[in-house]
Amino acid sequence: MNSSPPSPPDPTRPQPQSLTDLFVSFTLLALQGFGGVLAIVQHELVEKKRWLSKEEFVEEWAVAQIMPGPNVVNLSLMIGNRYFGLPGAMAALAGMLTVPLLIILLLALVYAHVGGHPGVAGALRGMSAVAAGLIIATGLRLFGALKSNPLGLRTCTVLSVLCFASIAILHWPLLYVLLSLGGVSCVLAYKKLGA
Amino acid sequence: MTTALQLTLGWSDWLSLFLHYLLLSLLSIGGAISTVPDMHRYLVTQQHWLTDPQFNASIAIAQAAPGPNVLFIALMGWHVGLNAGGVWCGLLGVAITMVGILLPSTTLTYIAASWGHRNREMRPVRAFKLGMAPIVIGLLIATGWILASSHNAPATDWPLWLVAAVSALIVWRTRLHLLWLLAAGALLGWFGYV
Repeated sequence: MNSSPPSPPDPTRPQPQSLTDLFVSFTLLALQGFGGVLAIVQHELVEKKRWLSKEEFVEEWAVAQIMPGPNVVNLSLMIGNRYFGLPGAMAALAGMLTVPLLIILLLALVYAHVGGHPGVAGALRGMSAVAAGLIIATGLRLFGALKSNPLGLRTCTVLSVLCFASIAILHWPLLYVLLSLGGVSCVLAYKKLGA
Repeated sequence: MTTALQLTLGWSDWLSLFLHYLLLSLLSIGGAISTVPDMHRYLVTQQHWLTDPQFNASIAIAQAAPGPNVLFIALMGWHVGLNAGGVWCGLLGVAITMVGILLPSTTLTYIAASWGHRNREMRPVRAFKLGMAPIVIGLLIATGWILASSHNAPATDWPLWLVAAVSALIVWRTRLHLLWLLAAGALLGWFGYV
């Protein structure tokens, strides 16, 4: 179908059929993502469409997270690139941003009139609490992917908990945590892979 | 709306807005939200292009709207443009801030991801992806935790915590569609229960 170098690893797995399919899929994902899209992306692409396994999703997410820029935007770009090269990356990116951008501009116009209503403020509070819960649940679900990690589940759990504590409880700067804990973890993985 | 600013922005102002966002793009490791403090310093404190309420509304609307949170940046550009003279300037502001925040980071990510994919069997590449997996999962749970605890009065805000915890549990353990939970959260908030 397409001869671009990044080809999907497993041809028997479901995958996007065309650039239009990518664009429409990512538009629909974006439109369901209130208060952040990651939970929806994981839910739809891994558990429903099965374009990616949990393990692949975590690997892509690791890169999307480490690179500068909005994580979900990076992730869409990478998933599009995986199937159709640069055109795929652009299609997924455009899907993620175009329609939501139009909607948000409309909302900004509406908000100028209704922003003072206590019900609106309350609804926003309620939705942001749910959105926080969704992100935590996404993390817990992806935790299952660590079972097949060569570091072993116990080491992985320790590293995850340390990372959680240093960011959520101790409020250390992200960059230092990524460099130190991430560095240690990568070195451990490198050794395991050689063994 | 709020007391509006009346701005006159010349080409050099638009250019410096663009350059500032190009720079922020390269610094936005961990997501665009991590550069919010600097955006506030630049747009509100230093240049006086946005009012505080406009700045906060940009973030709040983007959180509540469907779509990636990075669109709060489009709204900042939109509001700067509105302050400078209307809808067309608003659209110019959207284009300048969004292209600025996305161009450098997406280019880098594209190059890195393509390289990583071509060399995915190399040991350092495998080690990086597998090694970062537990870290980014811990980070994800921490992000949810921070969002849930952004309301800082446990005595009155415990219902918000409860909502976050219950929705986390439901999503983790069931296959209920996420939109139902968001709708439930919106209703609880609308009627003042949380």
